[in-house]
Amino acid sequence: MINKILTGTFFKGVLVINAIMVLLPVFFLLNSSLRETGSFSANPIELARDPQWSNFSQVWADGEFPIFLKNSLIITLGSLVFILIFALGAGFILGRYDFKGNSFIYGFVLTGMLIPAKLAVLPLFIQLKWMHLIDTHLGLILVYASGALPAAIFIMAGFFRSLPADIDSAARIDGASEFQLLRLILAPLVRPGMAIVAIYSAIPIWNDFFLPLVFLQSPEKKTIMQGLTLFFGEYSSQWGVLFAGLTIAALPLIILYLLLSEQFIKGLTAGAVKG
Amino acid sequence: MFLSPGLLTILVFTSIPALTILSYAFFKWTGFQREGFAGLDNFQRLFRFPWRDQFFAALSHNIIVFIAIMVIQTSLGILIAYSLYRLKRGQRFFRTVTFLPVIFSLVIVGYMWQVMLNSYFGPINKILTDIGLESWAQPWLGQSSTALPTLVFINLWRWVGFPAIIFLAGLNAISSDFIEAAQIDGAKEGQVFRKIMFPLLAPSMTIITVLTFIGAFEWFDLPYIIGGSVGSPAGATDTLALMFYRLSFGSADSVSNDIGVGSALGVIIFIIVGVGAAVGSNLMRKREVEL
Repeated sequence: MINKILTGTFFKGVLVINAIMVLLPVFFLLNSSLRETGSFSANPIELARDPQWSNFSQVWADGEFPIFLKNSLIITLGSLVFILIFALGAGFILGRYDFKGNSFIYGFVLTGMLIPAKLAVLPLFIQLKWMHLIDTHLGLILVYASGALPAAIFIMAGFFRSLPADIDSAARIDGASEFQLLRLILAPLVRPGMAIVAIYSAIPIWNDFFLPLVFLQSPEKKTIMQGLTLFFGEYSSQWGVLFAGLTIAALPLIILYLLLSEQFIKGLTAGAVKG
Repeated sequence: MFLSPGLLTILVFTSIPALTILSYAFFKWTGFQREGFAGLDNFQRLFRFPWRDQFFAALSHNIIVFIAIMVIQTSLGILIAYSLYRLKRGQRFFRTVTFLPVIFSLVIVGYMWQVMLNSYFGPINKILTDIGLESWAQPWLGQSSTALPTLVFINLWRWVGFPAIIFLAGLNAISSDFIEAAQIDGAKEGQVFRKIMFPLLAPSMTIITVLTFIGAFEWFDLPYIIGGSVGSPAGATDTLALMFYRLSFGSADSVSNDIGVGSALGVIIFIIVGVGAAVGSNLMRKREVEL
């Protein structure tokens, strides 16, 4: 009996310690963003009793920060449009039709999933230069779309396959074209799949650091994560402002995650569980 | 018509570039200009001064990181997953917290920890000093002996929720019949876990191992954000991907790039990741079948 209670306490203890380990740094980040820079040298850990909201207005007034945020938003949403529309179309065909070459196309998509994307950057850099897409948002959007599409197509094809075939026949008898069938009848039914695809693709794109580093050079085109590195150099001694910048960059996803944690967890582990 | 836009995008922006890099390695390059055929010259240069030592140092770091992540992150992931699995109430809260760092950008995670581990103002050293462990306070990221382990720790903070959630899904997928049958036979909790649950977690283990392997040998973002492209301090956090980046696009200490040697290195990383992932998943899948 005592043994049972002890093991129960042990496993609860694991979770509590883990929660503290996760939440303390996050709290430190949020708290520090409201502290006065001068107070850090006296004591790095102290509650922000007198919140310095001016840290945030200083970040915003910096001028570049809002531009970086806007760029990240354009790139993330732009990529999502391509990914969702293309994956919807390809998933529809692969999941709903049996045709010669179906498995070949599956294999092609699968290899797209296995290619280490980081290593393709060198030829991609030269290729984008040749296509006049280097240092453009569109170029980056297409590369992101291409990276996310294989998994997105797999997920969508799975959702399309799970719908009963009778729906298609009924719609066709009523005279629906293939496009109408997809747009009016099937697309609304695979919405949960599209939500998973959206989260699966959007979070890593928003958070990405590597591809903008390689493909974007003009300061006014950079993304928020890239912008943070500039910002960090510029304000390296102004700790309050620095943390306010990090907080602004982190907060949108934290809030979305707290609202939609189930969908986030499902979405971000989708690649692993399906694979 | 529905199919082709997606496939074309993958073809142009993933498949073709991936295939081209294989060819790049066999040409002579000046800047971004391709010149004549070079045979295996680029590969030979990679294994001569000065690249040779950098290559083996970086490779050893990647191997250390892979082993460290597999041992520490995976066992902690299983421990957290099992703790969540046992929990009857409040599971949702703890699950949400566990996964929270995974949504953080590595840029934010890197800078946050860089400040927290700062040798002068950082709270970590401050706490250590306050509780009387003054001798433990040290420039964690600034000295060669601790930089790489500290990076592994930061990586752990950011990632451990991922294997935890995958293993939790694996545990939830185990049929309760097995567990109940064992309990009726008088098996203790530890025995049920070791003899029944752990073997049945094999599919999750396969996924985590393969993903960890790929991640460890392409490790770039965190070391770049904290140590820059040269793997500061003194190359202690250098990785193959960082070296590939330096060779491809130049770096602060050598402005000129060397695409030939860079591509040769790219091909080698390609082979390590591709072969490793394929062999690993096949070996483990075989074991799964035997179970």
